[in-house]
Amino acid sequence: MKADKLSNIMKPLLESLIAIIIGVVIGAVVLKVSGYSPVEAYAALVKGAVGSIYGWSMTLSSATPIILTGLTFAISARTGIFNIGAEGTVYFGAIAAIVFTNMFANPVLGLIGGIIAGILWALPAALLKVYRGVHEVISTIMLNWIAFYTALYLVLGPLANPNDPNKTLEVPASARLPLLMKGSELSLAFIIAIVAAVITYYILWHTVLGFELRASGYNERAAQYGGINPKRAIIWSFVIGGIMSGLAGATEVMGRPPSYAISQGMANIYGYGFDGIGVSLVGRNHPIGIIFSGIFFGALKAGATYMQIDAGVPLEMVKVVQGIIVVAVAVPGLWDLVKKVVRR
Amino acid sequence: MIDMVVSILLGSLTAMVPIVLTSTGAVVSERAGVVNIGYEGILLMAALFGAMFAETSGNAWIGLLGGAFIGMLLGMLHGAITVYLKGDHIIPGIGVNILALGVVAFGIPAIWGTAGQHQVPTNFRIQPLINTQYGSLSPMIPITFAIVFITHWVLFNTPLGLRIRAVGENPEAADALGVNVERYRFLATVYGATLAGLGGAYLSVDWLGVVTKEISSGRGFIALANMVFSGWNPVRALIGGFIFGFFDNLSVWVRTNPAISQIIPWQFVAILPYIVTIIIVAGIIGKVRPPKWDGRPYKRE
Repeated sequence: MKADKLSNIMKPLLESLIAIIIGVVIGAVVLKVSGYSPVEAYAALVKGAVGSIYGWSMTLSSATPIILTGLTFAISARTGIFNIGAEGTVYFGAIAAIVFTNMFANPVLGLIGGIIAGILWALPAALLKVYRGVHEVISTIMLNWIAFYTALYLVLGPLANPNDPNKTLEVPASARLPLLMKGSELSLAFIIAIVAAVITYYILWHTVLGFELRASGYNERAAQYGGINPKRAIIWSFVIGGIMSGLAGATEVMGRPPSYAISQGMANIYGYGFDGIGVSLVGRNHPIGIIFSGIFFGALKAGATYMQIDAGVPLEMVKVVQGIIVVAVAVPGLWDLVKKVVRR
Repeated sequence: MIDMVVSILLGSLTAMVPIVLTSTGAVVSERAGVVNIGYEGILLMAALFGAMFAETSGNAWIGLLGGAFIGMLLGMLHGAITVYLKGDHIIPGIGVNILALGVVAFGIPAIWGTAGQHQVPTNFRIQPLINTQYGSLSPMIPITFAIVFITHWVLFNTPLGLRIRAVGENPEAADALGVNVERYRFLATVYGATLAGLGGAYLSVDWLGVVTKEISSGRGFIALANMVFSGWNPVRALIGGFIFGFFDNLSVWVRTNPAISQIIPWQFVAILPYIVTIIIVAGIIGKVRPPKWDGRPYKRE
C-alpha cells in the first residue's frame, strides 16, 4: 500500500522529468542543426538563470505570472474542461490594475481590479459552455483574440502614456508591490502566486466546492447522480481560473520593474496564458507541482536572455524546448514506454 | 456596385481556402473518431516551412507540398499518441500549438535572420490564375473545391468512407466486422493534418505572402467551429467556410483601408470573425450531432 502511494507520486514526477529531458535533448539537436553550439547555449542559459542571486531573482519573477496562469488551466482540467482563455484574461487583469491604481492609488484595490476583470472575462466562456454547449476550447480561443485586439485598442488609445510612446500609463508609485530584493524584479507578486497555489490546493482537496469540482471532472454523470450540479462546478472553475489569470496580469504591471505599465505591442504581458498551460501540464495539473514547474519554466525564460547575449542564440529557442516538453508530457504512460524500450 | 461585389466575392474565396481545407480535414479525422485541436499549430508551422521549402527549391508549388508534408508528420505524431497509445485527444493538440509558437518564433530569425516577420518574395509565391483590378483568383481555390467534393464523395459513397465513418461511430461493431479500427483512425488523422498543412503553406506562399508569429490568427480553431457548423459534412463546410472567409477578408480589407479605419478603429473590425464564430457555434449546437465515438480512444476488449 505504502509503496503504491509512493509510486503514485513518483511516476508522474518521473514522467515530467523524462519529458523535460526529451525537450532538452531535441532542443540540442535543433540548436546543432541551426548552426549553434548546444553546450555553449545551455551553459549560458543555466548560468544566467541560476548562477547568481540576481539570476535566481529573475527566475522567480519570471515564474510568477506563469504559476498563476498555470493554476487557471489546472483548476479547469481538474473539473474536466480545458480553459485555454488565460491568455486574454491576463490582458484585462493588467488593464484593470492600471485603471484602478490610477483611480485609487492603492495596491489592494489594484489587485481587486485585476480579480474583477478576471472574473468578468472568464464568465462568457463559462456561460456559453453551460447554457449553449459551446466547447470551451473554441470559445476561449475566440475570446483570446477578441481580448487581444480590444486590449491593443485600449493600450494604443485611452490608456496611452502622453509622456512615453513606448508604454501605457504607469501604475503610480504608491500602488506598486514592494520589492523583495533591492535592484531586482522580484516583488511581493511572487509571494502572491505561491499563496494562490496553496489556496487552490486547499480549495481542491479540503473544501466541499473542491470535491464537487473534482467529482464532476472525474465523472460528470456520476457526480450528477450524487447530487452535484456540474454546471455550477464549471462556472466556479472558470471564475476561480479567471481570478488567477486576472491576478497574473495585475501583478505583472504592479510588481515588475522597470516599466510598471503595459509596454508597446503588449510585449510584457503577452504569451503567459499559453506558457501557463505548459506549466500546468508538466506540474501534472497539481498546484504544488505547478510551483516547481513554474520555477523551471521561469528559469528557461530568465536564462534565455543570457543565452542570446552570451551564445548568440535567438531567445525564442527556449520556446521550442518548452513546446517539445509539452508534446512529450502528452504521451501517455511515458515512463512505461521508456521502460519497455530500455528492456529491449 | 458590380466591381464591389466581385471584389468581395474574390476576397472571400481567397480567405476561405485555409479554413475550408482545415475543416474538411477535421471532418474526416473526427468522422473516424479522432479530435485534433492542434490544427492552429499545424497551420503556423506549415506556413513557416512552406515558405522555406518554396524559397530553397525556387518553386512555390514545392512550398505548398512541403507544408502538406509538415502537416502529415504532425498528423502522424497526433495519430501515434491518440490512436496507438490511447492517449487523450486534446492535450497533444495543445502541445502542438505551443510547440508551433516556439518553432515559428525561433524559425524566422534562425532561417532568415530577421526578427518578427519575413516577406516571401513574389517570385516564390503561387501566381494567380486570373488577375483583375478587383482582386485575383488563386489556382488553390478550384483545387480546394475539388478536394472538398472528392473527400465528400469518398466519405459518403465508397466502402473506404463507410469504414472511416464506422470506426468513429461504432468502433466495436466495425472491429467485429474485421475493420482495422486503428489503421483507419490513424490514416484519417493524418489526412486531416495534411490538409491543414496545405492550408498553412497557402497562407505564406500564396495569399498573405508573409511569415509571422500570428499568421494563423486563430484560423485553426475557426475551422473547428466551421466543422461543427457543417455537421461534420465537407460540402456544408464549404458553405460555412465562405461565411467565415467573408468576415476574415472583411477584417483584412478594413485594416488596409484608411478611409474606414478612421471612423471605426481597425481593432474592432479585426474581432469580427471571432465574434461571428462564437455566435454561429452557439446557435448551431443541438441541431448537429458529432460522431458517437468522437474523441474517445478505442481499446479492444
